[in-house]
Amino acid sequence: MNKFDISNLDLFYGQLQALKNVELQIPERQITAFIGPSGCGKSTLLRSLNRMNDLVEGCVITGKVLLDGQDIYAPSMDTTVLRKRVGMVFQKPNPFPMTVYDNVAYGPRTHGVRGKAKLDDIVERSLRDAAIWDELKDRLRKDALGLSGGQQQRLCIARALAVEPEVVLMDEPTSALDPISTSRIEDLCVTLREKYTIIIVTHNMQQAARISDNTAFFLLGEIIEYGNTEKLFSIPRDKRTEDYITGRFG
Amino acid sequence: MSNKKSLTRETAAGRNNQVREGAARILFLAAACVSILAVLLITVFLLVSGVPAIAEIGVFKFLFGTVWKPGNDIYGILPMILGSLYVTAGALVLGVPVGVLTAIFLSRFASKKLVSYLKPAVQLLAGIPSVVYGFFGLVVIVPLLGGRGSMLAASIVLAIMILPTVITVSESSLNAVESSYYEGSLALGATHERSVFSIILPAAKSGVTAAVILGVGRAIGEAMAVIMVAGNQPRMPQGIMKGLRTLTTNIVMEMGYSADLHREALIATAVVLFVFILIINFLFSLTKRGNKA
Repeated sequence: MNKFDISNLDLFYGQLQALKNVELQIPERQITAFIGPSGCGKSTLLRSLNRMNDLVEGCVITGKVLLDGQDIYAPSMDTTVLRKRVGMVFQKPNPFPMTVYDNVAYGPRTHGVRGKAKLDDIVERSLRDAAIWDELKDRLRKDALGLSGGQQQRLCIARALAVEPEVVLMDEPTSALDPISTSRIEDLCVTLREKYTIIIVTHNMQQAARISDNTAFFLLGEIIEYGNTEKLFSIPRDKRTEDYITGRFG
Repeated sequence: MSNKKSLTRETAAGRNNQVREGAARILFLAAACVSILAVLLITVFLLVSGVPAIAEIGVFKFLFGTVWKPGNDIYGILPMILGSLYVTAGALVLGVPVGVLTAIFLSRFASKKLVSYLKPAVQLLAGIPSVVYGFFGLVVIVPLLGGRGSMLAASIVLAIMILPTVITVSESSLNAVESSYYEGSLALGATHERSVFSIILPAAKSGVTAAVILGVGRAIGEAMAVIMVAGNQPRMPQGIMKGLRTLTTNIVMEMGYSADLHREALIATAVVLFVFILIINFLFSLTKRGNKA
């Protein structure tokens, strides 16, 4: 079952073409990794999947992105509904300047959840799912900005989970974190895979190899190779993929 | 040989630079001293000429006396203190919502083109001399309110006068909010409006507070515009449609013909105003400190 079906996608930032004729099927409840050197378009594609690129001035997208068969760029698509279904975790942890509790409750409140008991429930469940409940259960009323970087990032994951998304997009979620926090978040991804479709952009090839089911290798706005992670890393079909994963460039 | 020559030339140049830098530093220091000296002189002048009068009248009688009758040597400035506070509060009630909403509009809703027209307009508002505001109040607002100077008229004029301060300072603090907060909110499926009002505005809270405090400073210190629309009766405030007198206007109204204790009592009024301004500056520096933390 494919969650996303991307076909014939071109993306321009003004004159610059950032993505060229992208064709990609992303299966449901698996982890799909986007790898490639800086500026190759992997984050750009990720941000096209919840239409965060709409914020970028001069960004033009052609082609189709289907989410469960529904064109997310159709005029009838409500971006707030889309973004509720397709959550996102950013490269730099970005908790809001408010309490831990309010951070997690912000999304549900936005979508109309009222009542303390209900919200308490959602906050606890989300923090548990993000494997940070035990650390934060006594600090729910503390300012989220006082947490460590790794805790902030897991809080952001909890915040994303609180609106019950179907897909979680992760844009280099561990690049600003230390190795221990990184491995925590990697473990977390693997457990989340049971409930959610996860798409992760990473600079770290070992990370892609460790946690993902499928890997897409990007180069200069094109997908050079896409397939089962194990296969792609052990017997890459394309010379450029091989050069990249063996560290000859990038 | 040539090596040595260039070396001496270089050290000469170095010495030259040092002299120039030293001179520049002295110049800057002198410039800074001028403004510090001005503040000190004003403070000393106020205290030296104002405090003895307060002592002579009696601190309590001066600050809490409800009657101001210089002819009978009765100098109670409570009516003027309340007048200043009421007029300022009224200006805030009317001006802050308009100002903050305008700042939000400029910062997050208006198109670039619209901003390019609106911002100069706001800046122009800041540049209009206060006597012009007063005149506008006198010929437009006062007649609309029944033809007499009143607290409400003064509050409306002051509300317009604090708009540029409130708008400019709030807008820059709204613009300074990290875009990652905004993106984070959108990514959760929040609308633009919700993201602005629930995330960006609270994040800019300390800057908006600073804007309001600066607005208070401008409103409480204004004399010219207020004198033209407030009625200026030296009595306890009677209601928003009635005239009142503020600390500033009390000084302006009577300084021209006062003498002796009357004159000193007016300077003492300025001391009280000065204390208000000190408090405002202190609060302002508190919000700045809050910003850093």
